Amino acid sequence: MKIHEFQAKQLFATANVPVPQGVVVTSPQDAGKAFDELGTPVAVVKSQIHAGGRGKGRFKEHPEQAGVVLVKSREEAIANAERMLGSTLVTIQTGEEGKQVSTLYVEQGLDIARELYFGIVVDRESGLPCIIASAEGGMAIEELAEEHPEKIIRIEYDPGEGLQAFQVRKLAYALELDKAAQKSAMSFFPKLCKFFADNDCSMVEINPLVVTGSGDLLALDAKVSFDDNAMFRHKNFDELRDLSEEEPNEVKAQDAGLSYVKLEGNIGCLVNGAGLAMSTMDLIKLHGGEPANFLDVGGGANVDQVTEAFRIILSDENVKAVLVNIFGGIMKCDTIVEALLAAYDKIGITVPLVVRLEGTNVEVARKMLADSGKKIITATDLTDAAQKVVATLSA
Amino acid sequence: MAILVDKNTKIITQGITGRAGLFHSQKCREYATEHRPGESVLVGGVTPGKGGEEVDGFPVYDSVAKAISETGANTSLIFVPPPFCADAIMEAADAGIELIVAITEGIPVLDMVRVKKFLATKPNSRLIGPNCPGIITPGVAKIGIMPGYIHQPGSVGLISKSGTLTYEAAWQLGNIDLGQSTAVGIGGDPIIGTTFIDLLEMFENDPETKSILMIGEIGGDAEIQAAEYIQSNVTKPVAAFIAGKTAPPGKRMGHAGAIISGGSGTAEEKINALEKAGVEVAASPADMGSAMKRAIEKHNS
Repeated sequence: MKIHEFQAKQLFATANVPVPQGVVVTSPQDAGKAFDELGTPVAVVKSQIHAGGRGKGRFKEHPEQAGVVLVKSREEAIANAERMLGSTLVTIQTGEEGKQVSTLYVEQGLDIARELYFGIVVDRESGLPCIIASAEGGMAIEELAEEHPEKIIRIEYDPGEGLQAFQVRKLAYALELDKAAQKSAMSFFPKLCKFFADNDCSMVEINPLVVTGSGDLLALDAKVSFDDNAMFRHKNFDELRDLSEEEPNEVKAQDAGLSYVKLEGNIGCLVNGAGLAMSTMDLIKLHGGEPANFLDVGGGANVDQVTEAFRIILSDENVKAVLVNIFGGIMKCDTIVEALLAAYDKIGITVPLVVRLEGTNVEVARKMLADSGKKIITATDLTDAAQKVVATLSA
Repeated sequence: MAILVDKNTKIITQGITGRAGLFHSQKCREYATEHRPGESVLVGGVTPGKGGEEVDGFPVYDSVAKAISETGANTSLIFVPPPFCADAIMEAADAGIELIVAITEGIPVLDMVRVKKFLATKPNSRLIGPNCPGIITPGVAKIGIMPGYIHQPGSVGLISKSGTLTYEAAWQLGNIDLGQSTAVGIGGDPIIGTTFIDLLEMFENDPETKSILMIGEIGGDAEIQAAEYIQSNVTKPVAAFIAGKTAPPGKRMGHAGAIISGGSGTAEEKINALEKAGVEVAASPADMGSAMKRAIEKHNS
């Protein structure tokens, strides 16, 4: 689960991780008021969307307007907020459709001496949280890793023990922090590492992490995401979720216990199992089609789930045909077909439907399909299924 | 011989009083009864607080240690719900279980960080999974949720991150008379107990395994490391399939570990690495069985 910058900073503040002063606003007037409240000669007005690249992003309605701007007066804050609120911000991460901005974060200006990069993720191989840091702040870490891998510092730590003092020193020296900043680092880095572990984060990224003229470390940006599997022990994070940032169908699928990801193509897929679902997308592409989605109905798909799965797939108006690919294991093929036929009646599927079944009780299931009298195209194997579903589009 | 599972395997199920735990324990028992009539393979289960009860003929124990002392079990199949699963894995290792197979999906990553650290102190215990279909040595024992009948006995060592895709592969292999020595689902989570490399090594050293099929997917770089390992250590023919060529970056594709992040973990880079290592990579998921066959034929010619 992703959260907004202002939410991440509020959580940081609670954990005593220093952040700049800031005010959340949803109207231009409040943006002006926030400027006065902060009382610094300059302030920064920042669009609150989950996607990154906001500073370089521009609004569809106002092509000159950046997603993050420096303002020097109350009037400027208001004028910028007027253009930003309710408009659509397009960044490198949002895709062409962009994202509507409904919240701004107005933040105090700072005396910035240096900009650094700091992040934490869990390293799969060592099975430990790993700090990724660099003296080159502000740049995308992927680009840095590509161009200057030697400038990236990696330090793994034990989340139970926390970041040790020698590890902080190692980090501080590698980042070439001066004496004053080294002192700030001794508290800043361990607190963030503890924050990561205490809150079941899957990622914390601060880019840039700034060193002020007086040697303080502050999180100037904050990107935090949580491990979805651990949310049962952080029920209070529910309120941080912003559903407007999520694809509506993905939310619906999640509620129904399905796993769905929207794609750009026109062939819908309904599959059991994540690996087979991914492979089905690949298969469609291989045979000249474009998959419209990833959808895993899971191991225990019942009539309600299959019905909801069809609803979700068909609510995407790009979908011109659907491929159902089921390998019945413990989940029997006839159970799936029963659900499929019930869903078919409930929803009234009008696009061509190609069904490929294999596995437990497949013969019974195929007969059920054939006897149903419905216009369902059956396929004998994966290749046959892909060819048939792609062919329905050119017919 | 095969790997990990043999005639001495004695299984208990942790979480046997749950719906899935009981159902799959029954299926594993049926498989054992069919293939090894008269022997007890699945010998009981553990649910703390329910010791002394019995479910469908399975004795239930309060702890893994107690189950071991009463039954002589050396293998555990885990269906414990995600919030308590890490604890169940560590309990099994602490009690001396040699093979721990965790089916549970949805364990928090930081719980697995603790498990991994704990297991490092228990060198005699091996964890398979979590978030996996389990492990089967066809004709000997099934420790997991896979349908037993699609796995024919044979000489292909099968390693996979995915469930139904493994069934698909086993089925394709069966259609061309290639059975499996052992099939192992390693799981789709970011932190897992047993990796491709661990199993490649075991299959390489297993005389009954003549070839290896590995099925990977987007996310992480385990397949790339496996490719490097194959190049320098594996003499048997290897085929592979990587799922997720069409997956968009930054999106989790069902499995917690199946995500392309920061432009790395793509199917292309994995396929390239495997091909460079001389692995026969199936272009289509429909081609997994035939890719294995091609790899064997190339190797023999």
